[in-house]
Amino acid sequence: MFSNPDLQKLLFGRLTLDAVPLHEPILLVTFAMVALGGLVVLGGLTYFRLWGPLWRDWFTSVDHKKIGIMYIVLALVMLLRGFADALMMRAQQAMAFGDVEGYLPPHHYDQIFTAHGVIMIFFVAMPLVTGLMNFVVPLQIGARDVAFPFLNNFSFWMTVAGAVTVMASLFVGEFARTGWLAYPPLSGPAMSPGVGVDYYIWALQIAGIGTLLSGINLIATIVKMRAPGMTMMKMPIFTWTALCTNILIVAAFPILTAVLAMLSLDRYVGTHFFSNDLGGNPMMYVNLIWIWGHPEVYILILPAFGVFSEITATFSRKRLFGYASMVYATVVITILSYLVWLHHFFTMGSGASVNSFFGITTMIISIPTGAKIFNWLFTMYKGRIDFDVPMLWTVGFMVTFTVGGMTGVLLAVPPADFVLHNSLFLIAHFHNVIIGGVLFGMLAGITYWFPKAFGYKLDPFWGKTSFWFWLVGFWVAFAPLYVLGLMGVTRRVQHFDDPSLQIWFVIAAFGAFLILLGIASFAVTLVVSFLKREQLRDVTGDPWNGRTLEWATSSPPPDYNFAFTPVVHDHDAWWDMKKRGYVRPVSGFQKIHMPRSTAAGLILGVLSIVFSFAMIWYIWWLAALSFLALTVVTIGHTFNYARDFYIPADEVVRTENARTALLAERV
Amino acid sequence: MTVRSFRTLLLLPVFGLLSGCNMVVMNPSGDIALRQRDLIVASTALMLLIIIPVIVATLYFAWRYRQANTEATYDPDWHHSTHLEVMIWSAPLVIVIALGALTWISTHTLDPYRPLSRIDASRPLPEGVKPLVVEVVALDWKWLFFYPDQGIATVNEIAAPVDVPITFKITAATVMNSFFIPALAGQIYAMPGMETKLHAVINKAGMYEGQSANYSGSGFSRMNFRFVGLDKAGFDAWVAKAKAANKPLSRDAYLELERPSEREPVRFYSSVEPGLYGQILNMCAVPGKMCMHEMMAIDAKGGAGKDSHANRARLEYDNRYAERGDEGNAATVGGSGRESHSPEQPQGMKPKSNAPEVKPRGAPETTGHDHSGHGDHGAPADGPKGSDPVAPGQLNK
Repeated sequence: MFSNPDLQKLLFGRLTLDAVPLHEPILLVTFAMVALGGLVVLGGLTYFRLWGPLWRDWFTSVDHKKIGIMYIVLALVMLLRGFADALMMRAQQAMAFGDVEGYLPPHHYDQIFTAHGVIMIFFVAMPLVTGLMNFVVPLQIGARDVAFPFLNNFSFWMTVAGAVTVMASLFVGEFARTGWLAYPPLSGPAMSPGVGVDYYIWALQIAGIGTLLSGINLIATIVKMRAPGMTMMKMPIFTWTALCTNILIVAAFPILTAVLAMLSLDRYVGTHFFSNDLGGNPMMYVNLIWIWGHPEVYILILPAFGVFSEITATFSRKRLFGYASMVYATVVITILSYLVWLHHFFTMGSGASVNSFFGITTMIISIPTGAKIFNWLFTMYKGRIDFDVPMLWTVGFMVTFTVGGMTGVLLAVPPADFVLHNSLFLIAHFHNVIIGGVLFGMLAGITYWFPKAFGYKLDPFWGKTSFWFWLVGFWVAFAPLYVLGLMGVTRRVQHFDDPSLQIWFVIAAFGAFLILLGIASFAVTLVVSFLKREQLRDVTGDPWNGRTLEWATSSPPPDYNFAFTPVVHDHDAWWDMKKRGYVRPVSGFQKIHMPRSTAAGLILGVLSIVFSFAMIWYIWWLAALSFLALTVVTIGHTFNYARDFYIPADEVVRTENARTALLAERV
Repeated sequence: MTVRSFRTLLLLPVFGLLSGCNMVVMNPSGDIALRQRDLIVASTALMLLIIIPVIVATLYFAWRYRQANTEATYDPDWHHSTHLEVMIWSAPLVIVIALGALTWISTHTLDPYRPLSRIDASRPLPEGVKPLVVEVVALDWKWLFFYPDQGIATVNEIAAPVDVPITFKITAATVMNSFFIPALAGQIYAMPGMETKLHAVINKAGMYEGQSANYSGSGFSRMNFRFVGLDKAGFDAWVAKAKAANKPLSRDAYLELERPSEREPVRFYSSVEPGLYGQILNMCAVPGKMCMHEMMAIDAKGGAGKDSHANRARLEYDNRYAERGDEGNAATVGGSGRESHSPEQPQGMKPKSNAPEVKPRGAPETTGHDHSGHGDHGAPADGPKGSDPVAPGQLNK
């Protein structure tokens, strides 16, 4: 490129044309598809003149509802990427036996399983959970927005920046080949030279900052902004689980940030935190990453538990059984989740007493979890269960998750773990709880709150189709892995010698195909529902005969959520209001104080992408420049005093009168 | 169709398949693995006591209280029952107490660090039995085994006499691996600069699969080895065969062996340079490096203060790959010297593995599919007859 290699190095760091995989057909086709899809989207946006609204109403919006929806869109897009990785792995393992090498060489396969894990946890499950909490929590507690609206927007763009960084590794350079937790010494500078682990570090660092800030934000929102009368023990269960999840986030994510910072110091400046030599200790990394990593799985599952609690009560037409014990169970899980991290490495030589301690604490978590399952069960008992799509997901979850929980407790018995650790049994277990728990929960939640967000329900036929494909697909894909685990087959293997294993991998690949149909059906649901939106329209704002406050306002809610802050007297505030003959006020509206949109979050997100890219490729001048720009924009934003505005009373009156008219029309 | 009948349908072919495969974890050949199997079965049974009723109740309640069934009681305000609350917290508690007790006891009795006290369920360990000591080193991407008492070393194959306790001392040269012979006992990590231990015994003669269970870089998928259980005479013959190989394992030979490579053939070394395992463990096999235990001794005496600086270069060990020009285990573009997603294999990988031309001479064509194992108990003659076949993969057919 340049005749002077020094100049090239100065300008481009270690970035050369070799970094672009022009000869790899899989990536070229992917790139072509992404580029084509991108062009179609960009063209469409231009053609329909949507750039302005997109910028004004979405990208720069600080409205928690918009941000929540954008998080979920991000998660669904990343789900496609993560799932494409899954299909590639399943295809490789279904064919690579004996003399057949499969189509993925080890150094490509390694990147795929690493990227699959990272993307599914950080850029699918996390944004789904954060998005749902963002959308629902302020509505459930009768607030007009989160405590720090700008921070919310900034958190979202940091998550996007992390996702963009991971995606960039697909087309410029390579991703880490270390497994999703990047244990040193394998991920250290000696064993993983090159950009892969640096992509990993910076993607997680940036997204992690977003997650942490969003955790702080939601805690403050829940603690300080509940509607009058809503004491802690009258909060909806989903809000309780959101509170506990965000406490876990705030307590756990700094550990991730710290441990990744130490790993980057090892890689960038030659410290020896985790190296083998000079006093470094890889075990310290393993401990630290799991002190974050174990709470992380509860960060994901608790909100799912919350979703199921709301759905079970709503669709059983019955108050949740054992509210108090549900709350205590959530809090106990929150605390205990910090006392179990070592069960991820019983096999690393801890003594028997240490192993049994962590094994038993892990089992103890199954007590509150079991109590929750029983509470849902007894909520259904003597109910009138309407098997709409969200309730199907819930029953599917209760059956699937129970099995996953059981295999989890089995893995918590250290001597059993010695034979099952790192086996496909373990893989089956955690997919059993993450798909059967988190993902089912999030899809149930999306179906449940979709009419709140867009004013029309999702089409039930395609929703049910999607559910059955997911449920059956899950079992067909992962039951074989349980069996393979018992056959002594371990994870992350790119090629097998024993042809008798092949049938199991073929079945698993077929299961993955069924899940693909589940994902496709979900996409069809979105499209069909949009086309049939007038039929599926809900003008009441309360399509499911709901129980909590979010159903008290219109669908979609106005920018200010509630014209008057509701007053709460009992559990299930909206159910209580309906029971006591609540009449919606139609006059006396006042101007409403609201936060103002800002582009600062987006700008900081873009600068973060530039900064991380420069750090990954050693383009020092650009790193310095973008860091300087980050600092300047951050400080500059603090001088932005135009943070708020009032929605004039006239406009509130107009909005509310329109709703009054709609409601009257219906009656 | 209900969920239940759906699943029954799905399970039917599964049972057919299960009868045709060998679940080594469920049917192992060593006492420790057998007790681990029993523990899996017992724990699962204990948990099913609560899991099955929950699943059945879920499906039953879902069906019974469906909206269409107007005969079922509907009580929208029923949300509390102290009796039920006590039951739903105490039922799992009772199971966890039982399981916790089982865990505490079994974790201590099956602690891999604990010397064996029995040969199998019916035979306690006779007094004065000396265990076979095997020192295990995970290299990139093969296994090196030292037999300090026999004075031999092997690559990718270990043998042990049946019913004799084995003490494994396990370490690694560069990155973490996990030493796992499913038929013999549970796994334990192999970690550089650290030594882990495993005590186990094999009760049936035969050939078993061993593998690395923790991902360690490019050649990980083919990092398999063979574990051979032999009778006393067979083991002596096996040792004699190693001795007859007349190939010593010197420090230089080790450093050559240590470089990244996959699918290494089985090798025997008739003798070993004294102290080599200790040097590997203390990360000083490269001449001129300071051993970790020496530095630790200096530190234990309060450290050498500023003079320690002189030792710094001698303590840097992880950089030896880079200094030799070897590629790191998980190098990516910018550090691998290859372009992004290069079709070229990383260093140490065979260009087209499994292609006939790269197989070592004398390797039987079917080695990879040589599923002698449980079926051939007591027939180790099927094993490596002096030839050096590549280490087979999954043997437990």
